[in-house]
Amino acid sequence: MEFFRRGGKLNIEAILGVFNRALAYGTPLFLATLGEIYAERAGILNLGVEGMMMVGALSGFVVAYATANPWMGVLAGALAGGIFSLIHAFVSITLRANQTVSGLALTLLGTGIAGTLGRSWEGKTLVVSIRPFSETFFAKFPPLMSMIFKDTDALILGGILAAVFLWFFLFKTRPGLFLRSCGENPSASDTLGVNVWRVRYLATFFGGIMAGIGGAYISVAYRPAWSSGMTQGMGWLAVALTIFSFWNPLFALVGAYLFGALFHLAFRLQVFIAPEILNSLPYLFPVVALVFVSRLAFRKKIGVPEALGKPYRRGETE
Amino acid sequence: MGKFRIELSLQPKTTSILFLSLVSIVLAFLCSSLIFWFYRVSPWEAYTVFFQGAFGSWYALSETFKRMIPLLLVGVGLSLSFRAQVLNIGAEGQILLGAIAASWVALFSGVPPFLMLPFMFILGFLAGAGWALVPAVLKVRFAVNEVLSSLMLNYVAFNVVLYLIGGPWKGKGVRGFTYTDTFPEAGWLGTIGGTRVPYFTLVVGLLVAVMGYFFLKKATLGFELRIVGSSPKTAQLLGVSEGRITLLVMFLSGGLAGFAGVGEVAGIHHLLRHPSHISLGYGYTGIIVAWLARANPLATIVTAFLFGALISGGDALKVSLGIPFQVVSVLNGLILLFLISTEILSRYRIVWSSSGGVEN
Amino acid sequence: MGIPMIEIAFRSITKRFPSHIVANDRVSFEVEKGTVYALLGENGAGKSTLMNILYGLLQPDEGEIFLRGKPQKISSPKEAIALGIGMVHQHFRLINTHTVCENVILGLRSVPFFFPAKKAQLEVRALSEKYGLRVDPKTRIWQLSAGEKQKVEILKALYRKAEILILDEPTAVLTPQEVEELFRTLKVMKEEGKTCIFITHKLNEVMAIADRVTVMRQGKVVNTLSPSSTSPEELARMMVDKPVLSVAPKKNVSSRVVLELQDVWAIGDKDLPALLDVTLTVRAGEIVGVAGVAGNGQRELAEVIVGLRKVKRGRIFLEGTDITALSPREIAALGVAYVPEERNIGLIGEMSIAENLMLRGYAEPPFSQGFWVNWNKAEAYSERLISHYQIHPPLMEMPVRLLSGGNRQRVILARELERKPKLVIAANPTAGLDVRGVEAIHELLVKAQEDGAGVLLISGDLDELLKLSNRIVVFFRGEVVGNLEKERWTEEDRRNIGLMMGGVRV
Repeated sequence: MEFFRRGGKLNIEAILGVFNRALAYGTPLFLATLGEIYAERAGILNLGVEGMMMVGALSGFVVAYATANPWMGVLAGALAGGIFSLIHAFVSITLRANQTVSGLALTLLGTGIAGTLGRSWEGKTLVVSIRPFSETFFAKFPPLMSMIFKDTDALILGGILAAVFLWFFLFKTRPGLFLRSCGENPSASDTLGVNVWRVRYLATFFGGIMAGIGGAYISVAYRPAWSSGMTQGMGWLAVALTIFSFWNPLFALVGAYLFGALFHLAFRLQVFIAPEILNSLPYLFPVVALVFVSRLAFRKKIGVPEALGKPYRRGETE
Repeated sequence: MGKFRIELSLQPKTTSILFLSLVSIVLAFLCSSLIFWFYRVSPWEAYTVFFQGAFGSWYALSETFKRMIPLLLVGVGLSLSFRAQVLNIGAEGQILLGAIAASWVALFSGVPPFLMLPFMFILGFLAGAGWALVPAVLKVRFAVNEVLSSLMLNYVAFNVVLYLIGGPWKGKGVRGFTYTDTFPEAGWLGTIGGTRVPYFTLVVGLLVAVMGYFFLKKATLGFELRIVGSSPKTAQLLGVSEGRITLLVMFLSGGLAGFAGVGEVAGIHHLLRHPSHISLGYGYTGIIVAWLARANPLATIVTAFLFGALISGGDALKVSLGIPFQVVSVLNGLILLFLISTEILSRYRIVWSSSGGVEN
Repeated sequence: MGIPMIEIAFRSITKRFPSHIVANDRVSFEVEKGTVYALLGENGAGKSTLMNILYGLLQPDEGEIFLRGKPQKISSPKEAIALGIGMVHQHFRLINTHTVCENVILGLRSVPFFFPAKKAQLEVRALSEKYGLRVDPKTRIWQLSAGEKQKVEILKALYRKAEILILDEPTAVLTPQEVEELFRTLKVMKEEGKTCIFITHKLNEVMAIADRVTVMRQGKVVNTLSPSSTSPEELARMMVDKPVLSVAPKKNVSSRVVLELQDVWAIGDKDLPALLDVTLTVRAGEIVGVAGVAGNGQRELAEVIVGLRKVKRGRIFLEGTDITALSPREIAALGVAYVPEERNIGLIGEMSIAENLMLRGYAEPPFSQGFWVNWNKAEAYSERLISHYQIHPPLMEMPVRLLSGGNRQRVILARELERKPKLVIAANPTAGLDVRGVEAIHELLVKAQEDGAGVLLISGDLDELLKLSNRIVVFFRGEVVGNLEKERWTEEDRRNIGLMMGGVRV
């Protein structure tokens, strides 16, 4: 473990380096997870996150490339993801079709569209990408902070803020309470006057927007270039993370950063262990975690929104 | 034009199911015109090239059959799985495991030539089955949702192949794109003369489809499978073990996917290479093949042919018009979307009140 | 005290359902403000339908409802709540993972945006103190007992300023102490000028708490009166009174015991005891009827015998063999036939008649041939059964969900009875069937009896039991409260059984 030590002392720089990259990788993962948490809390299972991230990534890159403005790219990504999610919302909520299959179809569609239309931009890079905060910005804060948050950009900060705000919104406000009740017991909520359909549509749309932003971040900031397959299954990791963050935005933030650290460690440890094996670990991790969660959720009775994935029609009780 | 009312039909007629399936496919193609337009290709031209590429010549047809084979094998396995309400999304990885096992047998096992192919297929089947048993056991023992667990393993399998072809199994004198040595001739599948269609796997695929159909219809286990899939509560009352059925269908569908993987490396590539070239998304397309066939193994023959045509047509689009191959993914996704969306419609029928007749 | 104000008036309410069931037939009565009003009747009397109309879940086909003198159309629960009507259903509509307070305020826009539950907590606590509904506003629903959950439902209504509270069989899930608490709450509500209507089949409750009672039977109002002017016996008579049908002579009941339950205790779904110290026997050639209003343990009784539910204490014997811990499959193999109450457990809707008929025997000779099922033999078997049991339409390939209710029951009975079982457990086999269907099922059950099987017939229809049973066992709150054996049933028997079903000791 020379990596972590240098000359007998802890290699602070290396550790911070891991932390930095963890933040960078974890942010798009977290954003997508946050969106999925909201959708699932309202009762909609969205397995199309991967597809939405892909279209978000492509539109983000294309617009950022065309306008030389990375933030326009992020906006475009958000819109693309949002529109995509509306398809899922329509099929799942209004048509009450099988949500698992609808999500899978959208993933196929999204990856297909991104792959097809993205060919023209293959290999191109962005001249102007989201820049991390400069040294001067951090001059006002204590040096420890500037060390930790070096290389962070506005979106990473935004992610942290979003975690706090959206956790607060979900658990401490009235609309958040109503949203959660739609996912637990839509018929009870409906009887008491909550507009279950509107809540579910909005939550799904939000999920799509977040996935789109996450995807755009990957192509505009994390690695400002385009190649098909950019997201590398991050959308699926987001779905898994939703489960073992217990549908809690704060846990999801920590979990996403953990993943980021894992990925970066895999990158670092390449010299010792084959990179491909290390790359597999982040996909095995959710499976192992799911084993524990599935048992805990049973016992603790918290966790899965009770009505998750079940289409709701007024008049069908229990 | 009389007045009509829409009522809930208790039995969706087969014709209405077929009709709606056709509508889904047509709609999917229409929507894809947007992509063709993006590449400054008129949709009409695209459709023509597409159909030529899939059916236009003997060669095109043979390509369609070539693509159909893995879809058929995977599709039959998945239809068994879906019939039991087990969602095996890991076929993509199970295919790769089969390919890995076959490659090992061909290159490193030292098996005598006349045993090579049989061993490749047996081990490939077992490797795919084993890979599928992981999410199966997790589901039965720990109630872990099989969609996520089987999916994650796809990525693991992907990386394992990458590791092998770039590392310990790297071919001699290979630079740049990595792949293994070519298999010895004993590990090559014979093809139908003049084409690149391995006849062995095609025949097996057709056989398996028929066997699968009769298995579901007449075998004791097949009956129990259908009981578990239709009504778990009844299964409990009758003492039919849901866990046993889950393990069985995952074993079979994983094994068939592995078998398909062997077919690809033994019949087409004759070596192990980048995973995205071995399985062109067959594991995921297989899901749609089974779904469109309404989980009926016999019907997968038709749907596998259809989607095989889609792939070879997509190939033609890439070669002739420069439209990236991912357009097939777009078509697949659209077809699936329209399928489940129109399924709602199949439950209703329109009753014309003045004429007194019934129209679907 | 001034002139009594009429809070609610029902005028000629009529409601019909498809298949010609008249759930409410010109129902008329008036409810005074500030009273506790009871709606008494057996299953299917029409009480729930009427209350669903009042709460806006259903619309009447004819008739009108007057609230405080003005005619009202109530088209949805939302409107009902706005009019000051609240309802506590039998099946609670609560969010398990949320707190009491969060459930109470659900759906209310008037609650603050930030920390919505905080402000409400004080109000909820005040309400619960005032009305004697002891619950901590901060606990989560899944931690509460059934009685406490019910308190939350009542709080929900009170928080929304309900002036009229409807309770549907409220004491079904309560312990005796909780029943006392509920009655105290109702008294406080009365003093506050609120009006309570509760649906019940329990006679002692009506006598204890109601100011006035309307007895319903088969959709019609039998009588409206004040409990102080009558007795439980009279009320029971009103509930079930009908001329006794001509009874079939009872056949030879042997002395051989087929089924025996010894001191059986079992826990129900909601962790409440469902069976308490049940001792019961069924002899060969005997039809034992299990009488009681639904929800008093009958379902759990069937499940426990058939192996679908664990016995907490006690033993069950089938012809001397201890079957207490056996699996459903083993018990069925020993010769127990089961016609479950839930229709979609006994049959698989999408499978054909032939396949459904094979669900029991597919793994045994002569149908099982190792790996394969001999479908030829199965088809021959199906043809025989279809004609013998007159299953219509006689198309063995037809999916069972397309059959009428009566024919579906014939399929289950055909499958179960053809195996010449020793014991038949039939739970509400004729529910929802037309006259011909009911007759057919009765014939089949009697035939099984004649063939020497012991039959345990669970039914909410007392007439059916009186027609068929040699012996009647009455269940109330999970206990056997009556055990009568007669050659011929009399009016007095009917009345006594009715009383026992309502919880009155005879």
